[in-house]
Amino acid sequence: MTLFDIIGPVMIGPSSSHTAGAVRLGLMARNVLGCQPEKADIYLHGSFRCTYRGHGTDRALVGGLLGYPTDDTRIRDSFRHAADSNLQYRFIPADLGDVHPNTVKFELTGQGRQCTVVGCSVGGGAVEVTNINGYKVKLTGELPALVVPHIDRAGYIAKVSGILGAEEINIAAMHVGRNQRGGTALMIIETDQMIDSVLLQVIDRIPGVSGSFVIAPL
Amino acid sequence: MEIKNLVQLSELAEKDGLSLGRAAIRLEAAEQQVTEEEIERELIRRAEIMKRSVATGLEGMKTASGLVGDQGRRMRGYLGQTKCLASPLYAKAMAYALAANECNAGMGVIVAAPTAGASGVLPALVCAMEEEMSVTGTKLAEALAAAGAVGAVIARNASLSGAEGGCQAECGSAAAMAAAAAVEMLGGSREQALQAAAMALQGMLGLVCDPVAGLVEIPCVHRNAGAVTQALMAADMAMAGVTFAIPVDEVIEVMGKIGRVLPVALRETALGGLAASPTGRAIAERVLGKDSQC
Repeated sequence: MTLFDIIGPVMIGPSSSHTAGAVRLGLMARNVLGCQPEKADIYLHGSFRCTYRGHGTDRALVGGLLGYPTDDTRIRDSFRHAADSNLQYRFIPADLGDVHPNTVKFELTGQGRQCTVVGCSVGGGAVEVTNINGYKVKLTGELPALVVPHIDRAGYIAKVSGILGAEEINIAAMHVGRNQRGGTALMIIETDQMIDSVLLQVIDRIPGVSGSFVIAPL
Repeated sequence: MEIKNLVQLSELAEKDGLSLGRAAIRLEAAEQQVTEEEIERELIRRAEIMKRSVATGLEGMKTASGLVGDQGRRMRGYLGQTKCLASPLYAKAMAYALAANECNAGMGVIVAAPTAGASGVLPALVCAMEEEMSVTGTKLAEALAAAGAVGAVIARNASLSGAEGGCQAECGSAAAMAAAAAVEMLGGSREQALQAAAMALQGMLGLVCDPVAGLVEIPCVHRNAGAVTQALMAADMAMAGVTFAIPVDEVIEVMGKIGRVLPVALRETALGGLAASPTGRAIAERVLGKDSQC
């Protein structure tokens, strides 16, 4: 913990968990989509569902989807800016099950892409993305994350980590999951260094891999 | 290195003949591998944002409940009135704490020091001390660093979260931080800074977090004003040589323990305390409408 976590963060009020955290969740979802969303269905659970208007959670989530940082005064008028940016959004109260009380699910589309992102605001503005496109994950947005969908077969982890290692990219954390044995699997690798588009293409050309992308850090 | 408690920081500072705040700046600079001047610059930048949050709040804010937003302005209008009981510095600190936390409630830009809910306390101290005691520049940075060190130890050994520890963890922590900062600004000793933090925090022990309608408005705005006066009282007492028998590190641990036994209804859930009063419930229903059944 640094001094500036205590004398900070600098943010738009009124709540670090319900406002600043919500902006960061919107930013994470935007980073997963990899572009400005055109349409967003936003499902609100628990405390988010109950108090989102009073805490400006709704405007904060949309502000994040528009790419605003937590201290950006445009967050207050994010609905108007969304209209100017051709972002259609709607809020849907929901029960997302046995999850953190401050949980939100985004269904985003934009530039022909789509994604589903679930995340929660865990306090003090810190967030955790818990599910991407149906796969369980655990991402805090502190580091870049490489997401690699691949066939569930032996050797893929070695291939991808070999490519990263050759480029001097250090792996900080790694998570691997699959929907069923022999089906599709998802590899998520948090790295200390950024992964550029050239390297991403190299990874995506591995036979059996398709649709890889990088989630930029917050 | 991580500071385990405030006595450890004080001993480190003593070895080099530094104030608590300067020692904290030196440690932070070493940790981040930057110069002490860079840490100071960032602290002063944050102090400027704090001052803007006070100024913004004093202009009046529109908030979700509509029941706060001009409280700071009202208090400032009372400054200089012959019937005002508080000294100009105390009265300003109250007005500024109300205003800065109203800036937060109205979705203005704030420094969460240590949290958004308690974001009025340090800005109020900074503005009042700058105007009334001419505290600026390096001294201001050292004071904020001392406050940050107190907050970091509270985060480590207790909690800064209302959901975990009640309002004592938010406004109480801010009061302890501000008390140490005030002593640092006044040139008091390391021991006096720790005494001030202990006295401020002991005065806030047991305070529950019971926000009406779950909003960071009622009673947060008024609690911020109470917290900054608690900090000023503690700093005055410490500078006067008043001592408190329980050391600050123990008071901090006690705060954490009290927080853990507070009922959930009194920890930011808006299920108890003022939130559950008849008027509190009526406000919640009006503001949240049908969603208030959540």
